[in-house]
Amino acid sequence: MSAAPDVTPGGAAPSRASWMPGATMLALNILAVLLGLGAWALVTAEGVVGLPGPGAVLSAAITLARNGQLLSDALASLARVLTGFLLGVLVAIPVGFLMGWYKVARGLIEPYVQFFRTIPPLAVIPLAIVTMGIGETPKIFVIFLAAFLSSVVATFQGVVSVDRTLINAARVLGAKDATIFRRVVIPASTPFIMVGVRIGLGSSWATVVAAELIAAQSGLGFRMQQAQLYYDLPTIFVSLIAIGVLGLLMDRIIIAADRVLTAWQEKA
Amino acid sequence: MTPRISFQNVSRRFELGGGGEFLALDRFSLEVGEGEFITVVGPSGCGKSTAMNIAAGLLRPTAGRVLVDGAAVEGPGPERGVIFQQYALFPWLTVRENVEFGLRVAGMPGKRRREIADRFIGLVGLTDFAEALPKTLSGGMKQRCAIARAYAVDPKILLMDEPFGALDALTRVTLQDQLLRTWSQERRTVMFITHDVDEAVYLGGRVIVMAARPGRLYKVIPVDLPYPRTEEMRLSTAFAALRNEVWRSVYHPEAA
Repeated sequence: MSAAPDVTPGGAAPSRASWMPGATMLALNILAVLLGLGAWALVTAEGVVGLPGPGAVLSAAITLARNGQLLSDALASLARVLTGFLLGVLVAIPVGFLMGWYKVARGLIEPYVQFFRTIPPLAVIPLAIVTMGIGETPKIFVIFLAAFLSSVVATFQGVVSVDRTLINAARVLGAKDATIFRRVVIPASTPFIMVGVRIGLGSSWATVVAAELIAAQSGLGFRMQQAQLYYDLPTIFVSLIAIGVLGLLMDRIIIAADRVLTAWQEKA
Repeated sequence: MTPRISFQNVSRRFELGGGGEFLALDRFSLEVGEGEFITVVGPSGCGKSTAMNIAAGLLRPTAGRVLVDGAAVEGPGPERGVIFQQYALFPWLTVRENVEFGLRVAGMPGKRRREIADRFIGLVGLTDFAEALPKTLSGGMKQRCAIARAYAVDPKILLMDEPFGALDALTRVTLQDQLLRTWSQERRTVMFITHDVDEAVYLGGRVIVMAARPGRLYKVIPVDLPYPRTEEMRLSTAFAALRNEVWRSVYHPEAA
């Protein structure tokens, strides 16, 4: 057992029991991961469950990294996600603005958005494969759908939640509709859009892996599917960990972008 | 002489859910002269904000009309500056960018814009905070920024809707003095809405008392105290007498 790290709280005395310096929190996080790995190693070494240990997974990871398969799988999955996700967001933002700004557009578009939102994008895969073939198109289409649906709703919500007083403030300063849209509505709805984008990226990533499990010739999901046929558990583990790490990284990038774009927000 | 603002039998009805109607303002008539500072006071539901929003062009009257310099108000315009109780600063813009907003909308070049903004930021005492975002300002500073922003577009009229209502008593008194100072240097016609009787008497040249259900003009009380108003005046007997008169009119209209 490693000793608790030597961290002393700073000058400001904590008033609540839950208060904790960032370094202590990080140390606890690392400790938890190490403990989890230790438990995993212990359980598998004893042969309690028929799973590969950390060592076997690590050596599989090294093999897959050396022969370039891990990288090419990851790139294949990422390429699909980014294509579908970017297309989805690029279409969703203007559509969401249209819905929020023009009541007619809202009336025309909303039934479709609300209906398709209730269908998990994965459920569209069989239809997409039948109508679009087994190439890249159906997979990108499904990811596009996942990203589009979450971003469009968030953008629309952002526009309709813009504080009326801010719009009135702009109007009494002489701004007309186009200016209000550009200088008030767009910035005011950015925090909402970023929430939608973040959820959209998460669901895109979930969707690509599932799509690859069903029909693909490359990608992390495809690799797992292959490994399953050969009972190659270490490769399944490596793919799962790669999916988790890449998902986490993309989420962090969005959070960082959000922090820059909405630094002006009053946080409670 | 044409009055700067002229309310002519202005009424405003609101539809209520279930087919009912609510008369927020009933045949309100009032004339405000150029450079005059009037305060409007009354209980909630007396239509004071409704009257102001109609003058601002943010709300349409259901009957009657408002004239500004003889021309009917058809919508908002930069000659009528509005200051809101909730400050309504654009949170993504710095203090200077907020103050420049109206000038930018009017297409003024950057250098000139900056000069004007800096002048009014100085006038409200925010020079050290010109680059700050609103989230870093106190309530009083936010409202001073909003006042500078309204002044920057050079309005003839300032419409203020309970601008100090959300501030603590001490900050409010400071801002009242600062507002009067600014007004004495940059004379505008001011219509100041408040529910605070002291504030109404201290700031106004006339206090317009309104009554509720339906919202209407109840009484106009001239304030015979000279400008500049001072803190000593707040404690004077003349001030106390005026305050009593306004107080009675606001809270016991049927007995007066």
